[in-house]
Order: sequence, then structure tokens, then C-alpha cells
Amino acid sequence: MTNKPHIQQQFQARMNEDELLNCMRCGFCLPTCPTYIESGFQESHSPRGRIALMKAVVDGLIEPDEDVERSLQLCLGCRACESVCPSGVRYGHLLEEARDIIAQHKTYSPIVRFIRHIVFKQLFPHPKRMRMVTALIGFYQRSGLQTLVRKLGLLRLLPSHLATMENVLPNVPTWKQMNERPTHVESLIPRKRRVAFFRGCLMDTMFMDINDATMKLLQLVGCDIVIPETQTCCGALHGHSGEKADAKTLAKRNIEAFETLDVDYIITNAGGCGAFLIEYDHLLKDDPVWAERAKAFVAKIKDVSVILVELGFHHKDWHAPNQIVTYQDSCHLRNVMKTAKEPRLLLQSIAGVEFREMKDADRCCGSAGIYNIIEPDMSMQVLDYKMEQAKQTKATTIVTANPGCLLQMKLGIEREGLTNVRAVHLVELLLEAVEATTQMDEPLKQIG
Amino acid sequence: MITEQVKRQLIDIVGAENYDDSKAGRLVYSYDATPNFQSLPDAVIAPRHTKEVSEIVKICNEHRIPIIPRGSGTNLCAGTCPTEGGIVMLFKHMNRILEIDEENLTVTVQPGVITLDLIHAVEAKGLFYPPDPSSMKISTIGGNINENSGGLRGLKYGVTRDYVMGLEVVLANGDVIRTGGKLAKDVAGYDLTRLFVGSEGTLGIITEATLKLIPMPETKKTMLALYEDLEAAARSVSAIIANKIIPTTLEFLDQPTLQVVESFVNIGLPTDVKAVLLIEQDGPKEVVERDMEAMARICREENAISVQVAQTEEEANNLRTARRSALSALARLKPTTILEDATVPRSQIANMVKAINDIAKTYNVNICTFGHAGDGNLHPTCPTDVRDKDELHRVEQAFEDIFAKAIELGGTITGEHGVGVMKAPYLEWKLGKEGIAAMKAIKQALDPNNIMNPGKVFAKSTRKRVVITR
Repeated sequence: MTNKPHIQQQFQARMNEDELLNCMRCGFCLPTCPTYIESGFQESHSPRGRIALMKAVVDGLIEPDEDVERSLQLCLGCRACESVCPSGVRYGHLLEEARDIIAQHKTYSPIVRFIRHIVFKQLFPHPKRMRMVTALIGFYQRSGLQTLVRKLGLLRLLPSHLATMENVLPNVPTWKQMNERPTHVESLIPRKRRVAFFRGCLMDTMFMDINDATMKLLQLVGCDIVIPETQTCCGALHGHSGEKADAKTLAKRNIEAFETLDVDYIITNAGGCGAFLIEYDHLLKDDPVWAERAKAFVAKIKDVSVILVELGFHHKDWHAPNQIVTYQDSCHLRNVMKTAKEPRLLLQSIAGVEFREMKDADRCCGSAGIYNIIEPDMSMQVLDYKMEQAKQTKATTIVTANPGCLLQMKLGIEREGLTNVRAVHLVELLLEAVEATTQMDEPLKQIG
Repeated sequence: MITEQVKRQLIDIVGAENYDDSKAGRLVYSYDATPNFQSLPDAVIAPRHTKEVSEIVKICNEHRIPIIPRGSGTNLCAGTCPTEGGIVMLFKHMNRILEIDEENLTVTVQPGVITLDLIHAVEAKGLFYPPDPSSMKISTIGGNINENSGGLRGLKYGVTRDYVMGLEVVLANGDVIRTGGKLAKDVAGYDLTRLFVGSEGTLGIITEATLKLIPMPETKKTMLALYEDLEAAARSVSAIIANKIIPTTLEFLDQPTLQVVESFVNIGLPTDVKAVLLIEQDGPKEVVERDMEAMARICREENAISVQVAQTEEEANNLRTARRSALSALARLKPTTILEDATVPRSQIANMVKAINDIAKTYNVNICTFGHAGDGNLHPTCPTDVRDKDELHRVEQAFEDIFAKAIELGGTITGEHGVGVMKAPYLEWKLGKEGIAAMKAIKQALDPNNIMNPGKVFAKSTRKRVVITR
């Protein structure tokens, strides 16, 4: 790390001292921290240790050296520590600020700089480019290129976790499908709520089926849905990787896209996005023009599972083919959006589904945004533990509520060679139940 | 100071991966859960078995390097803060349950085993290990033994001390001794087991422990008694015991504590009453029911406005979790949270509660009180801010008065948190000069070079400030 004195100064200027002092070091967070456990109980890889390091940098007790940076880098950002913190320390905010300071002072290698530039500036903020990249993946999958690459064994050139990842990517939609997205959908029953849908980047491209399923369920329970065209990436990826300025720009664009709509809620179906959206008020708290607007935006954010429960989806008699189902919490859905009961309630309401809670379902699966790509060793270690717990339940369906987790679960299933196990998003399973229960009405099929 | 040569010797013993003297590596072991104590060790070491511990100790003894054994660093007396530098010793590799002996009802463990893991492991076999400190999800058995930890079940079942039957200890000269064993009776010589329990790492390093287990109680019930008057709650505690009922748990929480705990747990705790008692009883069904009824009656007689029995185990567990999070939840109120551990004979609990409130008024400080009322063990806690020097001074004075009052009522300065650095200046108040001299003689005999967690238990001078900042 370069320019340590300046980083130290920035820590002193920008880190929230009250929040740092608020940690009374009771250690209640330790047993929930995946990196603390997987690192063999190293305090430097625990929330308490990381807060102590941040505070020590502020206090001038230590320099922000490579070890400090490593400690902050290895954090998954799952924020499980916040859910169990009796003192209510907002660890995620401290981490984000510290990472931002470090990233701003970091000289990345040219190749990393290039990748960061492409991902953060050229790709995710631009929905059209996201669709193009997805279309390219589609071309790769459908043109025979994928078959060829696999036959030639070219995947061996990739690190093993990336090669496995290639294998578990869903079959993506075509360019045409991605460009013909609805902007307004009407309820199938007399309207109960008017909602806006935050469609997300990956969810509206690679996982388009999940977005479609989400909208169908919303229609079914009585929602009119608006999907504003001007919405953009939520900025989570940026915020978590020390690109806070970009995250703020994206936040403002989203607030603008949604604030004029007359809706009851803004619905998300990705815990990672939802959690970032729901903290726009924190992100923009020092911006006099935007702080209040952010608060109004945040007040409307809800995960799809919450509104489904609110409108009584689980009171209907749904049934699905017999299967054992377990649920892997999306960390950000649980720890930031505080939504954990609803997905379980929905799953348990379906006849034919035998719901079995896995041990430590609330522990991170190791996906954590792009963590599984940049920290493969720790990520795979965390995943192995997760799959062990999932296997114990004998579940044939692993349900998640976030695209990153979903991919990671698919990766885990592939790595373990579990041929009779599948991973799905919550709404996919719910829609299956709806379809199995009713002969779908014609209008339902034509959505999208 | 650790010379290059000593460092090489230590690395030869444990391997480079188990020795860390990096700045960040040392920083994260410079504290425990005690507010306002921080001091960097010179290195951190993680031995893999007893023999390595012994070899490390020999080197440290030769070079006069302090050793601070540390579990998960959750103690509240600065017992594992390396105030004099030296080596922090971790037990992350020595964390196995070695044996659960169902014939002798014992469990033998290494010091790094997490308390709750031990509890779960023995409960799976229908056995019961009662000590349950609030930090049990992460605290280690080694730490519990060194601090003689208590918990919510202490009233009926006692504390850690009452369950330690035998120990393996590495002494300051590197000798490995074994005390006690799986014996119901054993009078062969001094009871060194009891000496080491609660010795805060100042006499030797515990590397193995054999603990007593008891059969799992058949049933358990939990209830909450609500009061408009603090002292009425405290009087109920003495009345229950005077009626010859020993409940498993008899916990006290005052209104400020209730309010802040409820804001964390959100389980509908009553926040509009002045105090509650959390009462539990376990045992055979008939006995539990009879006792619960009797205690409910006593509480009402002492003016409880309502007595509510938990209807499900989930509800009961929520109440216990709420109580366990009291201390850390109080940390929400202000940046600094200073808590004490004054303990009085049970019969004096009402007087102590009253005294604490009077003292808080005298010094114009905000004191929230919760604790193991049935044990006479209260945790008056003061949310404050280290940056407010004036208030901090008043807090110190208030706590000094609380200590003095506890001793006056026949009590002690610490019931279960230990002396460490934090209460060392007050130890003489409890023990007298002669008592301190006797303890120092033991320390001198077993650790002549003062390498075992130096600076703990014995203060350089009596009655200093409660709060020290670096």
C-alpha cells in the first residue's frame, strides 16, 4: 500500500469515531463470522479484530499496512456480525468507508486496473452493455462454441473455480428477448397494490426467467407493476469495492427513476441489490440535496417475499411435486433487509414441500458479490462447509433469494457432484407450485 | 523484548505459521472485552499440544518474558490484556473434547473448546454442564476456568469451580502437573485444582481439564415477574430463598436495561415497569410446577404487578437471550460502558439495589443495574464516554462507593468477572493486607520470575482509578 500517512489522515477524517467506540469488544460477533471460523479463529479475520484495526489506524497506533488491508479485504461483507451485535455497531458502514479510503489510494496493477474500469465504469452502469455481454454468453452457449471449448479441454486453462463456474451458468436469454422487456404489467385480480419493480443487472439479463417469475407472482397476488426504463445498476458492487463515488452517482439515477412514480413499494428480488438500495439514505446522508429524497426512496424498498406474505400468497392451497427443500439465506436479505421469516413461511405453505432447515443457514455461502472470483480459496472453503450442511438435510432443492447465492449454490452442487440436487430462486419454486396447482390462465403466459 | 534468537527458538517449537509478531497480528490481541484497556503484546503464539506449551514456558522463564494465556478474549477485568507486553498464548489448536465418560459422568477437554460446543456435546448424551456465562457462544473452557466464570444457572448449580475435577497445568518452570481426577473423593494433598480455578493465568497454564457432569433435568419452566418498584423486586429475591426454594435462575433487570435490551431483541419485553425478575426452575415436573406456583405467589405478595409464565421453549429462550445480551446492549446508549460486579449475601440484595441508586444520584451518573440477583451478584453498569473526563471521574467515584458498600454489607468487589487489572487496586479492601500477603506468597512460590500473566490480581498500589486509559 502506498502513501500510508495520507490513508491514516483519511481514516481520521472519514471514519465514524462514535461507531468505532460503540464496539465494546464483547466478542459476540465472533461465532457468526465465516472468515474467523474458516481462518482457524484468527482475530484479525473477525469483525471485532477488523474494527480494532480500523480504530488503531485512526488512533495512530498502527500504520495501514498490508496486513491491515488484507484483513479488510478478506471480509465477505456478509454482515452476520451486525445481526448478533447487541451494541448495534454498523460494521458494514465502517467496512465500506475503510475499503473506499484504501481503494482510492491503491495503485492496482495495470491488468486489475483495466478489469475494475471495465466492470465498474463500462459495464454494470449500462443496461444495454449488460445485455450485450449476456448475449455474447448466449452466443457462446448456443453456437456450439461452448461444446467445442469443453471438448478441447480449454477450460483447464482457467483456475478450477472459474471453470466450474462456466459450467453452472444458466442458459441465458437471447438479445431479442432481453430487449423486449415490459415497462408496465397489470394485476390479474382486482388491484391491491401498485408497485415498482427494481429489475437489477444480472437479474434482467442472465436470470431473466427469475424476473419474469417475480412479476407473474406479483400479478397473481394483486399488484400493478411499473418497471421504469431509466433505472440502473444499484451500485452495490461499486460500494463494496471501494468505488463509493460511482455508487452515489448510480444511487441518484435510481432515485430519480423511481421517485416520481406513484407506487406503494419498490420491489426487489435480489438480496444483494435490495440491501444496497435500502441503505441509499446512509450513502447520501451528507448530501443536502439528496438525503431526504433518499429517505423517501428507502422507505419503499421491499423484498418480493415480504409483499407476497403481505398479500397472503401463503394462505392459498398451493402444491408442488414432492421434494425436500432447504433455504440458504441471502446474507444481505437477512442481515440488512431483516427479511428471513417470509421466504420460509412461503416455502412451508406449499403442500409437497418438506422444508428442512439446514444448520447455519444464516451463514454466508461465500459468493459475496465478486468475492468468489477474487478470493477463491476462502470462498470455496466457506462453500464446502455450506454444502456439507445442505447435504445433511438430504434436500433435493436448495432455495436462495439472490443471484450471487444462486450461482454459488449451483457451483457447490457441481463441485460436490450432487446429480439429484438443484438450486433455484425462491420465486422459481413458488411459480412452479402455482403452475402445478392451477392450469395457468392465458394472460399469465403472455407476460413479457 | 523478544530477541531474534528467542524468536527463532519459539518458531522452532510451534512453526512459523503459529508465531506472529506483525503489527496487525499483535494489535488484534491487545485487548479483551474490558473497556479502555489496550496494550500490545510482543508476539502471539499458538501451541499445538502440552509439550509445546511446556517448551515455550521454559524459554519465557529463562528470558523473563511474560505469557498471557487467552481464550476468546471476552473477560471483563482486563485479565487477558497484555499490559506488560510479552507473548499472548492462543489455544485455537488445543480445542478438542477428548472424552465424555458416561460411567463416571465426566468430560475431559482441551482449554480451547468453546463452552457452548461442550454444553451441546454433553447434552446430546443426556448430560448437563451447568455453567453458562453470557459469552458462552464464544468463550472457551480454558478462559472459564481461569476466570471461574458464573452464569445464569449459578444460583442452583454453582459456578465453573464447582465442576472442575482435575487439571493438567504447565507451571512456570515448564513442569507439567496433574491435579485431581475423575474422583468423587480425593484428599491426597493440597487441593491445587481449586487453587488454579480462577487464578487468571497467574499461576500456570491450564492445558487440559476434567469436568463434572450431572444428569439433564427433566423439565424446565421460565417466568417473568414485573414490578413498579425496584426494591420490591429485590425483596422478592430474598423472600424466595427464605422460603427455601432454590430456583435455577433468578435474574434482575431494571427499567433502563429492559428498554435498551428490548430495542435489540424486539420480543415485547415490558419496558414500562421499573424492574423485572427472570425466574427459572428445572427438575421433575411436579417439583417445577410446585416451585413456580410458590414463587409466583411470593412475587405477588411482594407487589409484583404481574407474573407471566413463558408458554413455549422459544419464548423462554428469547427471555434468556435477552438477559445475556444486557451488557452489550447497554453499550448502545453511550460510547463507553463500564460495568461492575459487586456481590453481597443474598439477604442484602434489596439494600444493595437501594445503595446503588442512591450512589448514582449522589454523583449524578446514570447507572443501569441487572444481574444474578439470586446470587447476590449485581452488575451496575454505567454508560458514559471516555472523552468526558468530568463525568468519568464521577463514575469512578460512584463505583468506589459501590465497592465500599458491597464490602460493608459483607460482600465482595467481584462475584464472577475476576480481578485482573481492573479491580486489582481494590483487592486489599476485600482481603486485607494479610490476605494479599498470603496470596502473594503462593504466587512467588509457583512463579518466582513473575512471567505468568504479570500485572494481574495484585496492584502496584491500592485504590487507584477504576478506569485507566492507555
